[in-house]
Amino acid sequence: MSVAVEKSRKPGEAEALEPAAPAGGARKVSRPMVIGAVLVAWLVLFALLRGKQTLPLAAADLTDLHRWINDFNDSIGAHRNSNPLFLYFFNEIRLVIDNLVTFVQHLISQPSGTRPVPQVGWLGVVGIAGYVSWAVGNWRVALLAVAGFTFFGLQGLWQESMDTLALTLSAVFVALLFAIPLGVWAGLSDRFNRIMTPFLDFMQTMPTFVYLAPLTLFFLIGGASATIATVIYAAPPTIRITAHAIRNVSRTTVEAAESLGATRRQSLFKVLLPMSRRTVVMGVNQTIMAALAMVTVAALINAPGLGVNVLQALQSLDVGTAFNAGLAIVVMAIVLDRVTTAAGAREENARRSMNRFVKWRRPLLGAGAVVTAVLIHLSHTYVWAADFPGNGTIGHHIASAADTATDWAQDNLSGVTNAFRDAVTNGLLNPFQTLLTDSPWWLVGAVLVALGVVFGGWRAGVTTAVCVGLLVGTGVWSDGMTTLASTLVATVLVMVLGVVFGVWMGRSTLVDRLIRPTLDAAQVMPPFVYLVPFLALFGATRFTAIVAAVVYGAPVAMKIIADGIRAVPETTVEAAASAGCNTWQIITKVQLPMSRGALTLATNQGLIYVLSMVVVGGLVGAGALGYDVVAGFSQGELYGKGLAAGCAIVLLGVMFDRITQAAARRVGA
Amino acid sequence: MARHWRAGTAGLAVLGLTLTACGGAKVGDSSSGSNGGGGSGKCGTFNLAVNPWVGYEADAAVVAYVAEHELGCKVDKKNLKEEIAWQGFGTGEVDAVLENWGHDDLKKKYITQQKTAVEAGGTGNKGIIGWYVPPWLAKAHPDILDHKNLDKYAAEFKTSESGGKGQLLDGDPSYVTNDEALVKNLKLDFKVVYAGSETALIQSFRDAEKNKKWMIGYFYEPQWFLSEVPLKKVSLPKYTTGCDAVAEKVACDYPVYDLDKIVSSKFAKSGSPAYDLVKNFNWTNEDQNTVAKYIAQDKLSHEAAAKKWVDANKDKVDAWIK
Repeated sequence: MSVAVEKSRKPGEAEALEPAAPAGGARKVSRPMVIGAVLVAWLVLFALLRGKQTLPLAAADLTDLHRWINDFNDSIGAHRNSNPLFLYFFNEIRLVIDNLVTFVQHLISQPSGTRPVPQVGWLGVVGIAGYVSWAVGNWRVALLAVAGFTFFGLQGLWQESMDTLALTLSAVFVALLFAIPLGVWAGLSDRFNRIMTPFLDFMQTMPTFVYLAPLTLFFLIGGASATIATVIYAAPPTIRITAHAIRNVSRTTVEAAESLGATRRQSLFKVLLPMSRRTVVMGVNQTIMAALAMVTVAALINAPGLGVNVLQALQSLDVGTAFNAGLAIVVMAIVLDRVTTAAGAREENARRSMNRFVKWRRPLLGAGAVVTAVLIHLSHTYVWAADFPGNGTIGHHIASAADTATDWAQDNLSGVTNAFRDAVTNGLLNPFQTLLTDSPWWLVGAVLVALGVVFGGWRAGVTTAVCVGLLVGTGVWSDGMTTLASTLVATVLVMVLGVVFGVWMGRSTLVDRLIRPTLDAAQVMPPFVYLVPFLALFGATRFTAIVAAVVYGAPVAMKIIADGIRAVPETTVEAAASAGCNTWQIITKVQLPMSRGALTLATNQGLIYVLSMVVVGGLVGAGALGYDVVAGFSQGELYGKGLAAGCAIVLLGVMFDRITQAAARRVGA
Repeated sequence: MARHWRAGTAGLAVLGLTLTACGGAKVGDSSSGSNGGGGSGKCGTFNLAVNPWVGYEADAAVVAYVAEHELGCKVDKKNLKEEIAWQGFGTGEVDAVLENWGHDDLKKKYITQQKTAVEAGGTGNKGIIGWYVPPWLAKAHPDILDHKNLDKYAAEFKTSESGGKGQLLDGDPSYVTNDEALVKNLKLDFKVVYAGSETALIQSFRDAEKNKKWMIGYFYEPQWFLSEVPLKKVSLPKYTTGCDAVAEKVACDYPVYDLDKIVSSKFAKSGSPAYDLVKNFNWTNEDQNTVAKYIAQDKLSHEAAAKKWVDANKDKVDAWIK
């Protein structure tokens, strides 16, 4: 679902970085040798200098920077009620957003005023969902929406689902309010785009846990804080994709408009925006998905909804109940995803199929509106249409089925999984981690910079050097290296799975259609739901964290690679087949080499997704940065360290993002 | 086309009218009596923080039930981590925290320095922290329950995470722990591995008991999981007052914590009957475990679990609200 996010970053920088490419020709022969030489030098120096200058820091130890952050944080808290910034700025923002959230909640999820039920009951909401889906999309997604929303009720989670929906809608609304103008600006101005990019990286990779506690200090506990936390995480995709869309409108069209005498304003509103609408809708789609990914996190600061069910069920390790609630989140994500995707594609479809249906559209829309209004009225007036009938029997069945499946897996797979875990841990992870953590910091730093230069050119090398310097500055270097080792191992696994399934999906539409919903589910199902059985299978270990990261990261890689494979021209594949290539040869000699760009992009995205699971990893035994962040969230004394660890995660992310993107541009050139 | 249009509208109108006519109970007819918190008005809204562990949920369930049904309060339960809950005292978002484990740092910050919170007495629960092993292990090797014998078995506790030493598994970072210092100062051949969450810790113990795996880890009582798997506590050098004064030098057991209640200063002065309830709330570990078991194992809703216990313990409840 997130393919477009990073793609969008490419074009802006591609122009700026073009000069790096020509040097590639001369270096091409020697690149593998240079890499080899760097690695050999690393190993030799590691053997000589092992254990020196490794900058370790024990779990409870702090650096001066960490203490300073703590003091700063405390002083904000102590002066909250007298600080004019709070009184006249944050409080006002909070008030506005709180009112918005409360309004939506009273509409669909919470009792309002003297009414024991919300203004619009289940029948009305289902009606609206179906009607809107049909109006902006097509009748197929409308059916899906009606079925999906009814399913929430059958699961016995109607109110929780509506709470989640209310919060998601409010957050998406606020996010779009800022994101689309900012995206347009970033699309029009290279300079603004350059300033914006690091902020967006920060918003997307900084673990939410780090800013959750300060948010409640600034905006109090409640709807506003939850909404703002969600907005911070969910807005960047729309900004990036809007900017990308604006940039991609062909120059000639804009020039044509200008030569006809259109003002800047006119060309923006009459040409640029309409022409990039389809892509912008994709951005909205990504923002919705990101907002849903925050449901469980927001529940930590008392946001009502499905996240609460997941968290509470997990306190008593009730996997079934947690799965039931998680499934509702997945269904909501799939419905919203398909509806927005259909909305993005509708215009073209409509234009293409000028059938008799089109002239019926207007009256049908009117009729639909009347039906919906009737349904809303019914659900406002009558109890049977307001409260979802039944007591969620289906939900109980789902929960007990999930429990049975979990128990079976735990009882029967334990032996195999432990062997596998030990093989990966001892064979791959431990040696690699030792190499990273036991080398002197400057040696690892030099190796990273060298690899950055070799893969991504000088500019990437400079970025890497800056990131390494800042990483040392955070004071959590050693933990950073431990996390780096796990992250890279997870990324390798992600890519292996990505290539295998991506190729399979790319070559067969049927397989794609069958697998894709599972991939969507893996991306939005709250991780802890599947982590409990994983904990039973693999124990509280770094490997469990790696598996969690792979489950989350692999779907993106698979989707990107499948798209890449599909984009290889049919004729090329046919030519290869007629030249006598067998399937294996076609895949390895034609399809994979020709989708090199997609493979690099998949690596980039795989890594970023894996990094975003570092904190979750810290909750299941990965230790290191993830644990530092969680500990910082839980204990005031460790807050500064948690923030530093969060920054370290961002730095790792930025470093790899810049290297892989530079490499991708080189491959593309 | 216009004809179809009119026909369609007419049809819909008929449909609409039929549906409206067949009706059923109207919103507001039946339930007007039960809203708004019973009318006593004196109590108002009671903001109760709920920290994320089942024992606390049990406390909160019972207190909220009593406040709602006996005192007519409108209880707003807020699911929050400890630190954020305490922060809420100052902003007026939280009135009470019902089960506090020590947290001298938070007490210093919010009670002594910011003066936004005050103590409201003990809950009657005794908090015990320590190192535990699964029951099968205690049975098979009874001497393991003494820390002095732990080194003998260190090799058995090795895992892929412990770097050649025995593994001591710690849980959620919010919990009070001296384990790293303990291992060092007792000169044990163990390494503390951070599971990172209570879920991970419980799942590990459950797995260890079921599959007879070697495991030792940090755990605490009262905890619902102990009624599923009665973990056995390993004895550490006896706790004496002040033996844990310097964090790096701790070489003794954890103290027994008298779990206590914290309320916001404003709430304490408000004269709300809910404050008196919080102040008087007091029960035993057994009581809490009973309710926690209703919630965690019997999967009752919080409301139902609280009702079941309150109905069976009228005398205790009456003492709180006198």
